[in-house]
Amino acid sequence: MAFISSGYNPEKPMEGRITDIGPQHFDKFLPPVIKNNFGKWLYHEILEPGLLVHVAESGDKVYTIRCGAARLMSVTLIREVCDIADKYCGGHLRFTTRNNIEFMVETEEDAKALKKHLNDQKFDGGSYKFPVGGTGAGVTNIVHTQGWVHCHTPATDASGTVKATMDEVFEEFTHMRLPAPVRISMACCLNMCGAVHCSDISILGIHRKPPMIDHEYLDNLCEIPLAVAACPTGAIRPSKVEIDGKSFKTVAVKEERCMFCGNCYTMCPSMPLSDKEGDGIALMVGGKISNRISKPAFSKVVVPFIPNEPPRWPTMTKTIRKILDAYAKGANKYERLGDWATRIGWERFFEVCELPFTEHLIDDFRDPAYYTWRQTSQFKW
Amino acid sequence: MAKHKTPLLDQLESGPWPSFVSDVKQEAEARAKNEKGLDYQIPVDCPEDLLGVLELSYEDGETHWKHGGIVGVFGYGGGVIGRYCDQPEKFPGVAHFHTMRVAQPAGKWYTTKFLRDVCDLWDLRGSGLTNMHGSTGDIVLLGTTTPQLEEIFFELTHNLDNDLGGSGSNLRTPAACMGMSRCEYACYNTQELCYNLTQEYQDELHRPAFPYKFKFKFDGCPNGCVAAIARSDLGFLGTWKGAIQIDQEAVAAYVGGEIAPNAGAHADGDWGAFDIQKEVVDICPSQCISYEDGKLKIDNSECVRCMHCINTMPRALRPGVERGTSIFCGAKAPILDGPQMGSLLVPFVEVNADDDYQAIKDIIEGVWDWWMEEGKNRERVGETMKRLGFGALVRAAGVPFDPRQVQEPRHNPYIFWKADDVEGGWDRDINDYRERHQR
Repeated sequence: MAFISSGYNPEKPMEGRITDIGPQHFDKFLPPVIKNNFGKWLYHEILEPGLLVHVAESGDKVYTIRCGAARLMSVTLIREVCDIADKYCGGHLRFTTRNNIEFMVETEEDAKALKKHLNDQKFDGGSYKFPVGGTGAGVTNIVHTQGWVHCHTPATDASGTVKATMDEVFEEFTHMRLPAPVRISMACCLNMCGAVHCSDISILGIHRKPPMIDHEYLDNLCEIPLAVAACPTGAIRPSKVEIDGKSFKTVAVKEERCMFCGNCYTMCPSMPLSDKEGDGIALMVGGKISNRISKPAFSKVVVPFIPNEPPRWPTMTKTIRKILDAYAKGANKYERLGDWATRIGWERFFEVCELPFTEHLIDDFRDPAYYTWRQTSQFKW
Repeated sequence: MAKHKTPLLDQLESGPWPSFVSDVKQEAEARAKNEKGLDYQIPVDCPEDLLGVLELSYEDGETHWKHGGIVGVFGYGGGVIGRYCDQPEKFPGVAHFHTMRVAQPAGKWYTTKFLRDVCDLWDLRGSGLTNMHGSTGDIVLLGTTTPQLEEIFFELTHNLDNDLGGSGSNLRTPAACMGMSRCEYACYNTQELCYNLTQEYQDELHRPAFPYKFKFKFDGCPNGCVAAIARSDLGFLGTWKGAIQIDQEAVAAYVGGEIAPNAGAHADGDWGAFDIQKEVVDICPSQCISYEDGKLKIDNSECVRCMHCINTMPRALRPGVERGTSIFCGAKAPILDGPQMGSLLVPFVEVNADDDYQAIKDIIEGVWDWWMEEGKNRERVGETMKRLGFGALVRAAGVPFDPRQVQEPRHNPYIFWKADDVEGGWDRDINDYRERHQR
């Protein structure tokens, strides 16, 4: 492995440096039919799962084929995507805000041929490379995070839980038979990178043990006041310990006030908390972002803990399936999962989803918790 | 022959959904074969070691990445997420495994030429693994070593005419829905506004100068396809004033069953024939729609522009012609104070390219000036709003107070007044009071 210079000169690092150029203008990447009809679209139709057509004022049409993707992808796979786009789409493509891939063509015939071609592509292990779907009232791709692939604070894995879940709900990706779209999101810790706080169903990595404290190193590695300020429940205070006759500045954690959020570890490397048995998954439901009919809403915790069961997380996927099935059976057309749960009442939601209700689900975080309790005699038996 | 045994990960190769394990394996194989004869600048077996360390995490139920990592390129304070494996002897290929965030074009449209150029660069100087895309929007190049960072940045800027994205306490990479490029609902050019503001605030994006992170997102309408209301400190949601445009002939076609409702989004379900009363009129949240004598009528003054009727009958209904954007402020995830959605700050502002979006920039800079001065260390603007009050934000943004800014007025009477706003001020003498009221 011999070093190959790009032209960068480490002796004169600021020489010839280009900065602050930002992204390229999107206009450079638009297919001609998109550029010609920009801002002049009249209507669209979903012809079949994964296949859309948009019709412009000019009469021009563009057919879009949407296919699933794992988000974590290799350059080998991106090049395969490019080969397809070169062959069928004049070298153009796009990615969606849920990390699906969209190919655009100008005739229905080409669209159907491309859909078939995409569905024919498989990895050696047998999974689809580019399953077509993700449109209309179904389950589309899962917005997710880094997990054990790249992050230092996760309580679970992202890519693995997502693959296991999408395998379980795959039929809903390739069909449009639910009352409304169901957005599933995943975050591997409660920093909640992504969309778990606002999705129909959310998979969230959680811890259940307080941090360990590396007293001998803490003061050298951490800004103690930042670790103290990082705690939402005020469980951390500055402290001193003596080890082998040496005194160390450190912190103390009031364990009964710690709810294991891990934010102190984010700020202080000497407070790790991950743990095989302690860590796992909470499920949240009922969030949405759109303003359609009802207001945007946060997802709510309905399962406080499911253990990590790599590689396929069977308890988690079965629970998600159960919630999805109860929703599909009970909700009205256009009703998002949270709107359905609100309409039937959360007591009924737990009943029809066969989920146990435990103390962990009752909010106890500061003043706003009160507003989540029930100040009415209206409830169902 | 794979370098590490991965019996757990191998189980994620089966099932229909695209397997990231199969894909990483095919990359590992491609690097081992090296058909292009590249002189790989980081270990050739980097993807294999990634699978190795991930398998170990599947066994241990714990992550194997060390805490943090501070790396980057000269001139910038962010853009690269440093990462080191905590078992570097076992997995030397990922001893360094830094992520580079690369600025993406708005709407994520690409030519294969551009993507191939990125792949060629990353093949040689990185792991060959990516995320398409990070949640904030960036192209994520996943895994390289420190000495390659400047080399990659040099090639990215000099050869690909492209910059890094943001990380740290700064303006992060803005993102937009696809907007006018392929959607009839777009109330403004989300991609152009996204691009313009990204360029305008390059300094704020590359050199952290804020109390904490700050994000922009741009949705063309209230459907929220880029989730601006939930995932950006300042979210822009397109909207309109005035009447929804109605094509009564097309309404009749929907009623007659000639056009599928919601563009066919429920085609695989058994929902019966379209019933305009049940599916549109009865579930309008403001109950401002009626359908009588074959005519659809909307009392637009009562409409809250939720998009339901338009979504359900896209060939018959279109947003109004006077278009602009609402601005929402303060969305964030739970840490520290609890999650927030964006709160409506500006009900309507024109999105005016002719004056380079000055009205919008004035609002942004007003909010920043205030938050940069008043925000505490690692306090999102949403939390500053909670601590100092929504009124302080409204004044900082230089916009008028408006009943639209609240869901409901306060129900506690703990109202602050300023001394200047009260007749006689606050300077009072207890002796004057005692002349009227004995002790």
